[in-house]
Amino acid sequence: MDETEIRRLSVGHVFSILAVVFSLCIPPLFLDNFSLLETHVTWLCICSACVAAVNVILLLTLKPNPSSKRISFGTKVNKFSKSCIYFLISCLLFHGIIVLYGAPLVESVPETFIFSVLLSSLTTSRCLCILGPNFPAWVRVFSRDGAMSVWDHSLQITTVCSVVGAWLGAFPIPLDWDRPWQVWPISCSLGATFGYMCGLLLAPAWIYWNRKKLTYKSR
Amino acid sequence: MKRLPVVLFLAWLSLLFYSSIWLFMSGFLLMRIELNNQSSCAEPPPPGVPKTLQPDQAPCWFPLKFQKAVIVIIDALKYDFAKYDPENTDPKPFQNKLEVIHHLTQTQPLHARLYPFRADPPTTTMQRIKGVTTGSLPTFVDVGSNFASYAIQEDNLIHQLVQNGKKVVFMGDDTWDGLFPKKFYKSYFFPSFNVKDLHTVDDGIFRHLYPTVDGGDWDVLIAHFLGVDHCGHKHGPDHPETAKKLAQMNDMIRSLIEHLDDSTLLVVAGDHGMTDTGDHGGDSEKEVNAALFLYSKAPLFGGQLETDPDAVPQVNLVPTLALLLGIPIPYSNLGAVMGDLFHSVHSEASAYQINAQQVDRFLHSYSLAAGDLPAEKLRHLKDLFSSVTEEYERLMSTWSESAALSESDASLQKLVRRQQRYLVEARAVCMESWARFHPLRMIAGCTILSLCCLLCYLVSAAGPSLNVTYKYFLGLPACWSLGTALLLSLGVWTSVLDLDSVSLCFWVSLASLLSFFYYFRKRSCIKNKPRSRSSSLLLSMPSVVLFFRCCSLFSDSFVVAEGEVAPYLLTFLLTVTVAKLHWDGRLTLPIFTPIGSETLKPTLSPSYKREAPRLLGLLLVLTVCVRLSGVFHSCREETPDCQPSPLLAPLASVQDAQIKNLWYMVCVVFLCVIVYLLRKWLQHYGNLNSSSPVVLYVRWGFPLVAMGISCFWALSCGTDDSLTKLQDFTRLALVTFPRVIYALTCLGLLLVIWNPVTVFTKKSRDSDADNTVTTYHGTPGSEAELLHVIPQIYRKMQRNLKNRLQQGTEEKEGKKTAAVEAFGLGSVYSAAMVVTLTLLALVLLMLHSERLTPSFFLLLLEAGLVLYIHSHVANLRSSPDGAELFLVPWYAVTAWTLAATQGFYTTGHQPVFPAIHWNAAFVGFQDGHNNSIVLPAMLVAANTFSSHILFSAGSVLLLLWPFLCEAPIARRKKPKAEPRDGKTRRMTCQ
Repeated sequence: MDETEIRRLSVGHVFSILAVVFSLCIPPLFLDNFSLLETHVTWLCICSACVAAVNVILLLTLKPNPSSKRISFGTKVNKFSKSCIYFLISCLLFHGIIVLYGAPLVESVPETFIFSVLLSSLTTSRCLCILGPNFPAWVRVFSRDGAMSVWDHSLQITTVCSVVGAWLGAFPIPLDWDRPWQVWPISCSLGATFGYMCGLLLAPAWIYWNRKKLTYKSR
Repeated sequence: MKRLPVVLFLAWLSLLFYSSIWLFMSGFLLMRIELNNQSSCAEPPPPGVPKTLQPDQAPCWFPLKFQKAVIVIIDALKYDFAKYDPENTDPKPFQNKLEVIHHLTQTQPLHARLYPFRADPPTTTMQRIKGVTTGSLPTFVDVGSNFASYAIQEDNLIHQLVQNGKKVVFMGDDTWDGLFPKKFYKSYFFPSFNVKDLHTVDDGIFRHLYPTVDGGDWDVLIAHFLGVDHCGHKHGPDHPETAKKLAQMNDMIRSLIEHLDDSTLLVVAGDHGMTDTGDHGGDSEKEVNAALFLYSKAPLFGGQLETDPDAVPQVNLVPTLALLLGIPIPYSNLGAVMGDLFHSVHSEASAYQINAQQVDRFLHSYSLAAGDLPAEKLRHLKDLFSSVTEEYERLMSTWSESAALSESDASLQKLVRRQQRYLVEARAVCMESWARFHPLRMIAGCTILSLCCLLCYLVSAAGPSLNVTYKYFLGLPACWSLGTALLLSLGVWTSVLDLDSVSLCFWVSLASLLSFFYYFRKRSCIKNKPRSRSSSLLLSMPSVVLFFRCCSLFSDSFVVAEGEVAPYLLTFLLTVTVAKLHWDGRLTLPIFTPIGSETLKPTLSPSYKREAPRLLGLLLVLTVCVRLSGVFHSCREETPDCQPSPLLAPLASVQDAQIKNLWYMVCVVFLCVIVYLLRKWLQHYGNLNSSSPVVLYVRWGFPLVAMGISCFWALSCGTDDSLTKLQDFTRLALVTFPRVIYALTCLGLLLVIWNPVTVFTKKSRDSDADNTVTTYHGTPGSEAELLHVIPQIYRKMQRNLKNRLQQGTEEKEGKKTAAVEAFGLGSVYSAAMVVTLTLLALVLLMLHSERLTPSFFLLLLEAGLVLYIHSHVANLRSSPDGAELFLVPWYAVTAWTLAATQGFYTTGHQPVFPAIHWNAAFVGFQDGHNNSIVLPAMLVAANTFSSHILFSAGSVLLLLWPFLCEAPIARRKKPKAEPRDGKTRRMTCQ
């Protein structure tokens, strides 16, 4: 088990967490009336943009799945455009799933869509950065023995944590506390973000703890 | 397995469940009977109006003091808001704002007084209005003559005022409109729905208040302000908006007083308080403590008080106002008059006496109508009352002779205290049985219930290994419970023990349960079975969902939102089940090319490509169904924003003829689709070829039932005036059609019970017809031709051999045994169940309003989809020998119950009395039931619990469905059975 790989992973995760923190701390300096709850949609946009951007930067700097082959510029462009399409599809899919899970169909469509964009950038953008626009590979990673590197493991953990966080986030909505954060979709997006951050913290710890048991097939 | 012990065991188990539920209900479901009796001037409560007040002095029980009254109710006016503390230099936003009250109480102590006003929980506005007009105590269920409306049925102040010719004008909160429909002489209602809206109601009142007061066309004016309450909900009390709102109320009171004359009484009251966050509803000190302010330009009080006045229970306002305004006290009142509003001790004693007589009369009538008040306490109260009455009669007779003696004054004072004691005790007795939960009973019920669940879990987990004698698990616990019952009742009989029936029930159930656990442990210890599986089961996803569901039942908000929670959990549970299947690699992993190969791209195996989209598709259709069926929802009063679905109204209420026809067609189409799908299903699994009477019924009976229902709908929604000539006919038909359908259903159910097997059998000789080898119509000599012909030749040889062997054995045994070929064996059990369920669904559908047909269709579809997903998952999960197929996994049971709960809401129900569909009682009994109560109760219950009935009757299918041979593994093992005659299908599994 390569310790340096875990170290690289942890650094990447710290940057990802910083991206979320950044989206909370920086905007008040530039925007008037910015607050997490009252201008929630703005924050959602900024947060998803930050997370996605950091993911892309990490892809370029850390290179989780280095390929031995030299990739031509044309393939790169092709990959990039494919990734964009995948991301868009995942946004729409998430929107549909959220509505099927009980979100209002007609009212507050923009909020629901922005929330699905956030979920996509928490889950799909990481998948795209680590695995590339390769759907069979995604299917492979999300099964019991499918992880082939620490990056795959961290992907599993953060994705599941984000989705479960979003699911748990819906629980306070019916309560009659009349709090501002019980409004759709604030609690869910906070739950998803919180779950994502938990996953980011949890993944390196879990991998380090189980480093003896984890053996990866050589690629 | 023997049948009788199993049935007895299940009966014992359900008895335990019932007793635990009864225990819980006896502590939780507080109940009270509403009496419909009304007080009237002509009939004062026995022994009649005291002689000293008769006859000209008291036209109606008691001489009136005020001609007019203005009652201002400020919602959520806490005592802290009204109290003024001059020493407080740094008041919070809600303090020291009602300065006019302080000013009046200081300068005119004989005219004005401020009391703490104790509300009875629950402190919700509607319950408080009820309490402050009827004088009765709130409870969980008010069993009245009419469940279906919110209107107050009991005798109340408003009713008495109207009865005695007073003009009552109302302005403000429109809750009053629902409670007192068409009672007011004049009314100005404003919507109270929007809690965020602070001003609509209050501004509306201000527009009408002063003109109405000055106009003089009123006797009693009630104004209900909502601003303070809404402000509390929106901002909380500690907010500048509250200060503004209270200042506005202050100005209102001040200018209102300027408009009043001498003969008018002003009452300013809060209906409840609020917590520090601005909420209310519970029984905390802050919510219960409201304010009451009384003022009149004529002197109100006999003397000044040195200290702050004592707290006044909210119901006390009812008799006080009644007597001051010269009207009878409402029949069911339990409040006591406020003594300090009656100047002399003499009139105070008379007022108390009338009040006591009225309470005594009420208690007497109530104990005749219901037996929930303890007899012992009633007897004690009766004694107290008669002694008080005697004393009063004696004192009054001496008082009239020797007027105004100080010693008689003192004895009157003593009498008044005894009268007060009587009233307080009477109220306490009623409160004890109506308004107080019994946590101990609730805990006892919950304990027994959870022990029962544990028992069920143990028995189901032990499963087939529990083949031991029922002596231990049924006989001995029953003996234990009988023994305990005998012992305890002996104790009660010899009055050694003091137990009521509730605790007796608890101890008996507990003894029986504990003895079961004792024997179970003893037996399983002998077997020494390892139990490693149970711990992982407790942490799995279905149990987490189940845990959430159980917890949600303990939260008020989640109970209100149950209609949304159940589908949410259901969708999640099934998604997780499918995802888990993928995670475990049961959907067959992608195959990877070996290491070192050039292409690194993994591909998906063909079986994955087939199974995964099918499962996902089923899941998608299911969630869409679940989401769509949410259209047919009803609403409860706690969610004012919710609009009930317009589809719940009967079709007859639709005005536009074209839309009505369209809807009728849609309903009939859905009905036909249900019947058609059943037929198609039976055909698909090869059960439709059988000659059993059930199949005959499916072929002819079902269309007949569907046709009957459509005719019934057509008649019931189309009874226009144009049909006057045929009125007798339609009335007859409206009764006949449903009854025919009931009869047909009974016939169908009897047929299914009599002969449920729908297997089509065939002698093997008959199948020899297809022994000829068919030729292949393709390119001759190709590999495909060989593949086509060779198996057929092989099969033919096999058949010949078999026949020869059989003939040999037959000759040996000397008799002819026919080889039998059976069709539809895979669905031998499920077919009967599916027929029964569809039949039940059709009848239950007839009890609902017509436009719920799509909802029932979705319900059946949903059940079917859950079953299909379950059978797919079960077959993918099971090992090749299929032993696990006989165990129904937890996720399936949980999903099934969640679907049942969801179905309850999507068939237009809510667990509140006003949402019950009472019309169901008259389907087929248009002219009522001739005082029979069993049949209408059954019909209404069938309507209300239709989803639960369907799902619990169909729970067997969870076990049977995976054997339907639709399973991928079964298909993989055996070649696909060929369709025969285009209709039947040979089912060879099992």
